[in-house]
Amino acid sequence: MPWPFAIIATLTIASAVAAMSLRSLVHCALALTIAFAGLAAFYLQLEAQFVGFAQILVYIGAVAILIVFAILLTRSDEPPRRSRFSSAGAAGVGIAVIVFGLLTGLILSSGAVRPEIRPPPEVTVGQIGNQLMTRFILPLEVIGLLLTAALIGAVIIAMREKDEG
Amino acid sequence: MVETMDQIFVTSKHWLVGLLPTQCQPVFSVILSVAAIVITFATLFAITTLLERKGLGRIQNRYGPNRVGPYGIFQPIADGLKALTKEDVVPRTADKVVHYLAPLALVVPVFLALAVVPVGRNMAALDVDAGVLFFFAVGAATELSVFMAGWSSRNKYSLLGAMRAIAQMISYEVPLILSAVTVIMAAGSLSAVKIVEAQAGYWGIIPRWYVLTPWGMAGFILFMIAATAESNRSPFDLPEGESELIAGYYTEYSGFKFALFFLGEYLGLFAVSGLGITLFLGGWHAPLASLGWIPSWMWFFAKLLVFIAAFIWVRGTLPRLRLDQLMSFAWRLMLPMALTNILAAGAWRFMPAGITRWIGCSLLVAVPYVLFAGALAGRKPLVKREYKYAD
Repeated sequence: MPWPFAIIATLTIASAVAAMSLRSLVHCALALTIAFAGLAAFYLQLEAQFVGFAQILVYIGAVAILIVFAILLTRSDEPPRRSRFSSAGAAGVGIAVIVFGLLTGLILSSGAVRPEIRPPPEVTVGQIGNQLMTRFILPLEVIGLLLTAALIGAVIIAMREKDEG
Repeated sequence: MVETMDQIFVTSKHWLVGLLPTQCQPVFSVILSVAAIVITFATLFAITTLLERKGLGRIQNRYGPNRVGPYGIFQPIADGLKALTKEDVVPRTADKVVHYLAPLALVVPVFLALAVVPVGRNMAALDVDAGVLFFFAVGAATELSVFMAGWSSRNKYSLLGAMRAIAQMISYEVPLILSAVTVIMAAGSLSAVKIVEAQAGYWGIIPRWYVLTPWGMAGFILFMIAATAESNRSPFDLPEGESELIAGYYTEYSGFKFALFFLGEYLGLFAVSGLGITLFLGGWHAPLASLGWIPSWMWFFAKLLVFIAAFIWVRGTLPRLRLDQLMSFAWRLMLPMALTNILAAGAWRFMPAGITRWIGCSLLVAVPYVLFAGALAGRKPLVKREYKYAD
């Protein structure tokens, strides 16, 4: 295993575990941010610049900020008294193992992990943009519509509260 | 001779790297670039603090620092020593780890952002295919450091300041990026180096800078307003409104951590100004073809110093905005203007060159501006303001 990969993987997994197990919610959010940054580092290591930078811009610049805002606005960050692990932990673990096994089996049987090593394609941001504007224009438009609808919905929810109060 | 001066830093770096054995060369080359960025911009920061205090002093009809050295030029050194020797006070209830990491989380991304700005011909430390995107991506990470500082201090003024700062940065990031999109469309590249190259050459004596087109002018103004707000400078310095919030999110920082915040803020200003120069003002290109003999890096830093002077001037001149004014300005004027400006840039791209293109694109920028600004002002007739209590 190459060294940069090992370092990034350890950091990402460690911070992902920390995000699940730390007591303070804000600490969890910050650990999650490090996990996002680790994923971005993976993309960059795979020479996928656009995806890597977009990951940083969207996940660290927007999603992480959204999470901390949500934590601050909705509840105090006092750590909860009782254990955060629910009583249905055993069932959860069981389901997780089953899903993981199923997915692994499917991926291994699908032939997507053929050991042949192809040279990495040279993809520039311009090519991605061209593809998005030509071949994948319909999915792009549909996603745009969906996001606009979500945005309008969020504004409407925020406005209704104002009218009642 | 001209060529030698222009490339003096590049050739001296190659020479220094060549002295080492082959296997150390890539690492050493990177270290040299990083050291150059850190030293140059930290020195510029020291000079800027002095210039700012002097300039503000002149605007406010006083001298400014004039005790340390002739004309007070050693004031930055005294300030640095003071920051280093000052006690580092951490509040007892503060979240120690996050409190410690917050200034680092500000300074590191800002230095990373400076790496993609081409400061001269062949002088971009990090020439990546998606340079502008990289700039905005690491710039977005600084918002998190503001939150970390405000939250970990366990001080309500810090937290309020951080909330204000993040709300402001998110709001102004949208017009900042959208106004940069016009240039990316025109240059057809996200690489900062290619964008500068696209602005080479002259129309007669006028340089081919994007600022000298209708959409470029509008984009440049939008970009600079958004950049002022992004770097929390006056008139958008509400997050540290001292009359309301003491010092905003870094109220509970002292000593060198405070100095790091100060440094990060100024470096962010340099970075975003450098990007503005790259996108709209032709980067390191000379404004006149006859001045091409002056080294390219000198042009970049001359432009940067003009920007700094303008920022100091604005800070000394304009009063602070109110929070609601700040928000409605961003969402009701800057955002729609940035969107229509993209339309204008598209029209410029596809219309044949000539006077019709100029008139058409100018109208595409000017008419929406009048409409949006009128809507923002509420169409109130302009009358002499009556003061009830201040007479």
